[in-house]
Amino acid sequence: MTAVEWQIVGFTICVAALSTVVILPVGLALAWALARGNWRGKSVVETFVTLPLVLPPVATGLILLKTFGKHGLGGFLQDKFHFQVIFTWRAVLLALSVMSLPLLVRSARSAFEEVNPRLEQIARTLGAGGWRVFFTISVPLAARGIVGGMLLAFARALGEFGATIMVAGYMPGKTATISLAIFENVQLGQDAHACRLLGVSVVLAFIAVWSSEFFLRRRKTS
Amino acid sequence: MSLLLKNISLPLAHFTLEVNVEMNRRVTAIFGPSGAGKTSLLDLIAGLRTARSAFIQLDDDVLADTAKNFSVATHRRGIGYVPQDLALFPHLSVRQNLFYGCKSSAASGTPFSFEHIVKVLEIMPLVSRGVTELSGGEKQRVALARALLASPRLLLLDEPLASLDTPLKEQIIPCLARIRDEFQIPMLCVTHDRFVALTLAEEIIVLMRGKVLQTGPVSEVFARPANAEVARFVGVETIQPGRITSVADGLATVQVGDAMLVALAPTAESRDVFVCIRGEEVILQRDTAAATSVRNRFAARILSLRPEGPLVRVELDAGFPLFALVTRPAGAELALREGETISALVKASAIHLVPR
Repeated sequence: MTAVEWQIVGFTICVAALSTVVILPVGLALAWALARGNWRGKSVVETFVTLPLVLPPVATGLILLKTFGKHGLGGFLQDKFHFQVIFTWRAVLLALSVMSLPLLVRSARSAFEEVNPRLEQIARTLGAGGWRVFFTISVPLAARGIVGGMLLAFARALGEFGATIMVAGYMPGKTATISLAIFENVQLGQDAHACRLLGVSVVLAFIAVWSSEFFLRRRKTS
Repeated sequence: MSLLLKNISLPLAHFTLEVNVEMNRRVTAIFGPSGAGKTSLLDLIAGLRTARSAFIQLDDDVLADTAKNFSVATHRRGIGYVPQDLALFPHLSVRQNLFYGCKSSAASGTPFSFEHIVKVLEIMPLVSRGVTELSGGEKQRVALARALLASPRLLLLDEPLASLDTPLKEQIIPCLARIRDEFQIPMLCVTHDRFVALTLAEEIIVLMRGKVLQTGPVSEVFARPANAEVARFVGVETIQPGRITSVADGLATVQVGDAMLVALAPTAESRDVFVCIRGEEVILQRDTAAATSVRNRFAARILSLRPEGPLVRVELDAGFPLFALVTRPAGAELALREGETISALVKASAIHLVPR
């Protein structure tokens, strides 16, 4: 492994981990609202959350590019705050977050649905407000499903390609992730580089998916 | 304690729960069959459900008034709730469960202090255990203690003995009685168990298909059910349709099947009635000639004998189907046998007539 390859691997792991952390509060809030709430527009939100799973990743990437490009929200952020998103590491983070969010939401939602609502209700009769019930009853009881979902989301982020290439491009040392580097190396005929990164990619994905299965399977048996 | 439930209307799957009652006693039992809306009523009082219309007032505090779109949040109502499945938090230890709702005001020396509650409910040895290591009776006591540690001003109990077998019931009943006596806390207890209602409650509300059919002191509801449906549910053994043929001196003569019997005249004017006779009010006698003050004496044929614990249920044909409950020694002394004829005696005051 070369220093550049190690840098790419490190960068990918860091951004994938960061994206998992970033989507955690939003993902948990959405999962809880979808599991417990019975509100107008729930099915629409549900569909929107699932869309990145079924849309071609490049299509999602194009939506992000248009939204955060210089004629969209990105232009406003650039002008007002000199905050650039597109073609920076932030764009990688954005693409990874959007693409992995549905996996976290789906796992966490099903974990919340398995928590007996009576436990949350009784906690309220014991004087606990909404937040306390959420953090002391709902989240701990759904923890395995949530952790499983986080690991799945992390695994998905590690392998993300289509949306990332659209919004971040391939810039070594700046936006290059393992997937983008494999593609670029194959394009340039540097198969040895590509294969080394492929090996790392397989190992990382295996560990993440295996751990996720471990947590999700334990949840089912417990 | 005064709990006022006014204009309650809550649509449920097969009927609408409609309640208008005021409860003033220390322990009130909501008595009714499964699916009568009892748990939904407790949920409403606790604030876990929202009714189409409701006015709920506990002492001087209005807890919910849908007319004014007002409702106190569940966690601010100060109402303890022990549900049928107990809902102990499985990821917490017994100690953590107990302290979950523990008020800082529940200091040592007060009735709701940890030490006092743990002592009264005898759960000290359980405190360091996990919830999954507890037996059914232990779980019940821990759930009761957890609710009490939150210093509630009203305790709701949903079928407190439903999931327990008889020996465990016998363990829990004294616990509930101790809670009633030691903590002076008003309790509202949902049950379909006559034993619970009779041993714990002072007042009873009979709820069936979402409607209150009768309220009153326990002894009165059990002795004088308001209608045949309540009579059947409170376990009156003999409920037969009859017709009042005459009324004189406060006594009614009623034709039931082929028999005529004398009962206290009902206040309602209806002549078509149900005759309700509790099995333990029927006296069986071999010596038919003996003089007695009992107004109703029937020559009855024994149709069947069925042992029920320390008692024997005797099914009789007295011109109408009549059931008697006698103790096993009494049955043995009388040498009761199926097919034999025996005298069945019922006092006029033991016959309760309800309008048909």
